[in-house]
Amino acid sequence: MGNDTVIGLEIHVQLLTKTKIFCNCSTDYFDQEPNSHTCPVCLGLPGSLPVLNKKAVDFAILTALALNCHINESNIFHRKNYFYPDLPKAYQISQFDRPLAENGFLEIRTEKSAESRNIRINRAHMEEDAGKLIHLERDGKTSSSLVDYNRSGIPLLEIVTEPDIQSSEEAIVFLQTLRSIVQYLGVCDGNLERGSMRCDANISIRNKENGELGTKTELKNMNSFRAIRQALDFEITRQRRLIEQGGKVLQETRRWDESSGKTVFMRSKEEALDYRYFPEPDLLPLFISQSWIESIENNIPELPDERKERFMKDYKLPHYDANRLVEVKPLGDYFERAAKNYNNYKQLANWILGELLCYLGQENIDIDKSPITPVALIELLELIDRGVISGKIAKNIFEEMFKTGQSAALLVEKSGSTQISNKEEIDDIIEKVVRDNCETVQDYISGKEKAIHFLVGQVMRYTKGRAQPDMVLSLLRERIDKT
Amino acid sequence: MSKQIVTEKDVGYIAKLAKIGLNKREKELYSGQINDILLFFARIKELNTEQIEPTFFEGTPSQHFHEDVVMPSLPQNIALGMTGCREDGYFEVPGIL
Amino acid sequence: MPLNELSVVDYLNKMNNREISAEQVLKDIFNQIDRIDKTVKSYLYLNKEEALSEAKKIDQKIKNNDIPPLAGLPVAINDNICTGGMETTAASRILKGFIPPYDATVIKRIKDAGGIIIGKTNLDEFAMGISNENSAFQITLNPWDRTRVPGGASGGSAAAVAADETLIALGTDTGGSVRLPASFCGISAIKPTYGRISRYGVIGCASSLEQIGIMGKGIKDLAILMNVISGYDELDSTSSHISTPDFLLSCREGINNLKFGIPKEFFSQDLDRGVKEKVIDSINRISQLGGKIEEVSLPNMEYALPAYSIIAMAEASSNLAKFDGISYGLRIEDSGDLEEMYLKTRGSGFGAEVIRRILLGTYVLTSNHYEDYYLKAQKIRSLIKKDFENVFKKFDLLIGPASPVPPFKLGEKEDEPLAQILAEIYTSPVNMAGLPAISINCGFTEKERLPVGLQIIGPPFQEEKILRVAYNLEQELKEINSVKPDLSF
Repeated sequence: MGNDTVIGLEIHVQLLTKTKIFCNCSTDYFDQEPNSHTCPVCLGLPGSLPVLNKKAVDFAILTALALNCHINESNIFHRKNYFYPDLPKAYQISQFDRPLAENGFLEIRTEKSAESRNIRINRAHMEEDAGKLIHLERDGKTSSSLVDYNRSGIPLLEIVTEPDIQSSEEAIVFLQTLRSIVQYLGVCDGNLERGSMRCDANISIRNKENGELGTKTELKNMNSFRAIRQALDFEITRQRRLIEQGGKVLQETRRWDESSGKTVFMRSKEEALDYRYFPEPDLLPLFISQSWIESIENNIPELPDERKERFMKDYKLPHYDANRLVEVKPLGDYFERAAKNYNNYKQLANWILGELLCYLGQENIDIDKSPITPVALIELLELIDRGVISGKIAKNIFEEMFKTGQSAALLVEKSGSTQISNKEEIDDIIEKVVRDNCETVQDYISGKEKAIHFLVGQVMRYTKGRAQPDMVLSLLRERIDKT
Repeated sequence: MSKQIVTEKDVGYIAKLAKIGLNKREKELYSGQINDILLFFARIKELNTEQIEPTFFEGTPSQHFHEDVVMPSLPQNIALGMTGCREDGYFEVPGIL
Repeated sequence: MPLNELSVVDYLNKMNNREISAEQVLKDIFNQIDRIDKTVKSYLYLNKEEALSEAKKIDQKIKNNDIPPLAGLPVAINDNICTGGMETTAASRILKGFIPPYDATVIKRIKDAGGIIIGKTNLDEFAMGISNENSAFQITLNPWDRTRVPGGASGGSAAAVAADETLIALGTDTGGSVRLPASFCGISAIKPTYGRISRYGVIGCASSLEQIGIMGKGIKDLAILMNVISGYDELDSTSSHISTPDFLLSCREGINNLKFGIPKEFFSQDLDRGVKEKVIDSINRISQLGGKIEEVSLPNMEYALPAYSIIAMAEASSNLAKFDGISYGLRIEDSGDLEEMYLKTRGSGFGAEVIRRILLGTYVLTSNHYEDYYLKAQKIRSLIKKDFENVFKKFDLLIGPASPVPPFKLGEKEDEPLAQILAEIYTSPVNMAGLPAISINCGFTEKERLPVGLQIIGPPFQEEKILRVAYNLEQELKEINSVKPDLSF
């Protein structure tokens, strides 16, 4: 059946300010003692009042500009009223009909398609995060829940897309592109697992014949790119099957259940609360002047797309390499730090995208915590370039460097794996190989060109790879031609 | 008989939104009183305010912000010290299903 | 004269002249409280020991010639203003035992200026009411007539001042909650312009309407405390950057040539005849002092009270949602069910008046009724503001009664929910426009000898003018104000 998938995303981005959105408590809450980062304001104590963090507004404007949004001059905060133990005031200060930014777009390009596409942004608004809940289980039932308000009041920017996304793949690319941008802007670390970027999705199926949009469901609780892809795929299939079988999709909120790999019913539309939004009287309207916007606009840092173009132009890297290097900002930074003192850019890119990412991935280490620094890496690459070690040996040395943090030069010297550049030493080995392999030498002489490669291999074996293959080849030819 | 604006059922619905537990007798009592007050409120319907902008906020609009500088938080024992319902550094509530 | 009967002005003079000590004054105050508060019931909490030790420290300082501006002045605080380390309940069962870990900004400023917090006074639960009968803990009596209410919401503070149980007190005013009890208890109270005094630490009921007010025995007393607690606070986003003048200086000038408007809507049929007489009498005196008097109209005033009530209740329903039993305050949990915990905690933690207002406030904010009630009320607020702006183009100040009635009997209006609203008919429009206003005692009704309050309303941030007129009138009414309630029981 040729029906289209229609997806809209709502992404919560935790802004990397030092303090919370309405108080001066530290936002550095992750892995801290519970309830150690709170004050009367973010605990919702009686009498406390919110005061807006200017930096949070700066970051929100910056992000909205990078998403090509229109920034509203007059901003109002609203209260969204509902009871939940993670919400200390029993209302969330958010924005409602006068959000910070509207009508933007983000350009994305999937690997499959040659063309890039714009996903429209409906709006972006500021709000405060809620606390965190932990559920204690006894006899398979939640016996009690524990509340930690350290996260309460962390500034969030909620970005809402139009339903322009057509597949789970596009959704992932959109999120990767967005994550890349917020990382480049320095406004969010983009860590889905830790929840510094969180994504909900609205999904429906459009009937291709009559163009009618089906009922949508809202999907929550997806904490990784993998989970998002699986959840979307599951939900798309579920809806399509339902429709094929003549059933009806119900408007409801569903939760991704990681363990069963399914989306499960959470609540129906009828159960949706009346949030009784009204303007927050404890905060006066926020006016964002043109000059404020301009001052931020003038300081937008280089974004991933621009950097990719620059990498292709300045370092002559192919599109694929440049694209991969810039996607995660610290990776691009790593490359550029190394490239400052090293100009075999292609070799550098190969090693970063190959060996380095491979080892980092295995050990689950972030690039900015890499045990091999850019300086250490180029030291190794220069040893290859100068012919001191072979590429193959370099890989072994690299592994040692990664494990021990020692320098390439030191490890090469220790292992004695410097290349043999002494011609006499190699001549002796060649002499031995020629003597021991008369038949193969004859094959070569009688025109079997390939036979000589076997001989090269033999020489390399005796030198434990410490000879330069090109040099061995020419010395071998010389030696056999003499006979 | 004065006009009925809210029924007991309406009051039950609002009470649930506001998380106020009411018994049958209280619902009855409050719906009568609330009805009276809503009738008094209804006076404002006489006035045509179509062209009028609302005043949601009091006070002179100003740019009022806090600087992004960390100040000490309450010590954990103080934050938790206002309730007996705590466990291992957390506030404890009945289980959320 | 017992030292608890001193005005703030006299207290400071005597302290500066080393005629008295802070400790002596406090002892007289606590003696008075010991003697009469079992009956009057102004206080919910007494900070006796700490206050006395603080007084000793200040006396010592003064000996060393270091005299702080308030020189140990005893101040009573309405119990909906947070005092660090001191129980703060807002007269609600839901906050019984709550000890805030911080001081409200006004408390900090009073302490920094060398003032002493002597205790927390009674009020209608969460400042919702006009009689103090909505307190969860006790009913304060009117010192002038102990069969009558002291007015509300800040009735405990008003009674404490009137009964010489403190020299001065703070209350809060959302729709008249310092002016009404001041009027009922025969004292003076000022509700400054919205934004003049920080609200940080006030247990918020209606954020866009309420201000801290000062309740005292004389106009200069109010000015002295205004000087200390006014001014911008970085912890309150709605606090104003406008500079704080020396309010005491404003009491120096006369009122010749000032123009006074008398809103005819404040003299409608709702106004008690005895109150009306006294108010008109004072207006005549102002005229004799050189003030120019003219009748004016505030055409939308009849809509002010319903619109005010809608906004106040809507904001309160949200502000009081935080009392959910989770991290502080009352929690009733017997079945291990979260929903039930909420319902029981809030259902039994709040009193009837508070529940009624929360329900109404919730109702007017639901998506079906938002436009007809809440939004419409906020539009009417614009009209009310405009009405005031228009008259202030021509007039310096407005004058009228503070309350439509004199203090009523205990229990008289208990079963009339609407009456709880109607008493604020002349005071709440002022909050709708964020204006400053004062209530000053202008005599006693002929028949029952009950206090009557005159209300003077000014344009935003013109408290100086209000204080100036009030002070001139106070001097004029000296013989009336020298009468004290009979507390010889």
